[in-house]
Amino acid sequence: MADRGETVAGATPPRRRRKAGRAEARAGVLFALPWIIALVVFTLVPLILTFVIAQTKFQIIGLPTWVGLANYEAMLKDPAVWTSARNSALYAVLSVPIKLVLALILALLLNRVTRLAGFYRTVFYLPFLMPAVSGAIVFMLLLSPTGGPVNLILGALGFDAPDWLRDPSVALWTLVLLSLWPLGVETLVFLGGLQNIPRDVQEAAELDSPKAWHRLVWITLPLITPMILFNLVIGIISSFQVFVQAIVIGGTTGTPAESTLMYMVVLYRAAFRYFNIGYAAAMATVLFVVVLLLTLLVFRTARSWVYYEGESR
Amino acid sequence: MTAPPLAARRKPPRKTLARIVYHAVMLTVSAIFLLPFYWMVISAFKNNAEIFARPMLWFPDPIRWENVADLFTRPDFPFLQQFLNSCFYAGMVAVGTCLSCSLAAYSFGCLRWRGRNFVFGLTICALLIPPIVTFLPVFLGWSKLGLKDSYWPLIAPYFLGDAFYIFMLRQFFLGVPRELMDAARLDGASEFRIWWQIVLPQVKSALVIVGLFAFVYTWHEFFTPLIYLQNREDFPLSVGLFTFRSQRAAEWSMAMMGATFTALPLLVLFLFTQRFFRQGLATKGF
Repeated sequence: MADRGETVAGATPPRRRRKAGRAEARAGVLFALPWIIALVVFTLVPLILTFVIAQTKFQIIGLPTWVGLANYEAMLKDPAVWTSARNSALYAVLSVPIKLVLALILALLLNRVTRLAGFYRTVFYLPFLMPAVSGAIVFMLLLSPTGGPVNLILGALGFDAPDWLRDPSVALWTLVLLSLWPLGVETLVFLGGLQNIPRDVQEAAELDSPKAWHRLVWITLPLITPMILFNLVIGIISSFQVFVQAIVIGGTTGTPAESTLMYMVVLYRAAFRYFNIGYAAAMATVLFVVVLLLTLLVFRTARSWVYYEGESR
Repeated sequence: MTAPPLAARRKPPRKTLARIVYHAVMLTVSAIFLLPFYWMVISAFKNNAEIFARPMLWFPDPIRWENVADLFTRPDFPFLQQFLNSCFYAGMVAVGTCLSCSLAAYSFGCLRWRGRNFVFGLTICALLIPPIVTFLPVFLGWSKLGLKDSYWPLIAPYFLGDAFYIFMLRQFFLGVPRELMDAARLDGASEFRIWWQIVLPQVKSALVIVGLFAFVYTWHEFFTPLIYLQNREDFPLSVGLFTFRSQRAAEWSMAMMGATFTALPLLVLFLFTQRFFRQGLATKGF
């Protein structure tokens, strides 16, 4: 904002300076041009086209025919859409908060000086590097009732070992578990926030209230609310789009008994199995609206609970 | 209760106990995080019978090194070809991203022009749109061009830019002092030269970070190559491994070996470039 004020309000700048400013502006547009083209060609135009295609019957071969809102009506009557929407929502509701809480606990644990701190950080970060396909396949073996160590360990600890991959009431938890594994990324983002808390704030807090618990709730957590917000938004958006893990574990039918059938899988099925592009576009539009509303909701409510340093209101 | 000075200087026993508990907890958590890696690798060196053996084998016995050779020579799983495809795909995207995004980020971070804030606002919005929402028309477009079954649709867009990396790089460009550029301008340097010779050297490590992240994310990429590519010989590893598993679901040791070698390049890359990853993460969290 400050720079705009300078160019607009700067009273009668020397000619040389104005010329330089014009050259700079020209360069600015030129440098941004490839990206502006990409923004138009790969984002803006396709976005509008998706809304348009969503109102047509379009099977790739042949021309699209206008059907108005018929695709949306069909969606409302499609049990697969409802099942997958429910599964995806449940997945998001379970995986995002659990992940954030666990990541926060881990970050708090990591936020102290020890000789092993670097080792722990590396260990927690490694799962992020695992390609999702590999990760999902490994988890299938890990959780297998006959070949996996997880149920063996659970049994030894006296727990009832569930049939992770074949019990429809448990299979979604397998996906949640799989989503928790790479929580090191969120952990390190939180850790970055914790370590940015100024030393003097911490010391003042320690003088103020000797109870670590109080300091956590009243000082530390408020200071890292921007990170919580960031992780929450990213988490919700990405968990609604989970695809790889779901298709590796549940295939295109969401086995067992459609319990791992995710919205993106149904969309994929519609577009690239049944070549029903119009219908898939309608599903994409609905996803867009849901994600948009959720993001707005988070940002809306965030005003009351996110603290930005140095903000004046 | 007057303790000798030596004991007083030692840490009180409660603190030592707390430290032991702390490390016990952290090491247990670390073990849980590492278990999938461990299980993947040891299963890769077993045969199927040994994978499902009771009692469980916590270490492969014998270690079946021949599984490695098997993976690279199987006629029904062109692993080596797919490995090279992944290298090409991720490498090209990393190069394209660094080039295009440093141009755009320089423009957003260092140059003043009318409409800049508007375009940058659009960029942030683009960041929040789920990729599938724009995917179908783009797919139809590439099909119309006859380039569907190639790497063009997977790589070319990154040579124009990507919202996420532009956002990330801009943070670094904002830190370049303006005096540096103004001085060069007074000396009559062209804007292109200023970008190339003055500004880029200042953000070298940021470019490495962006290149690394682009490489890793492209290596992980699954949906796009799954849709665009048709032949097994053209697949990157992610799709290749998935296809292999859906056709040979019972061959666990081969799947584990494939998974190991799919993850290995990234793990090695990470171990050599850790500090860049950590820096990258620091900017990701605003």
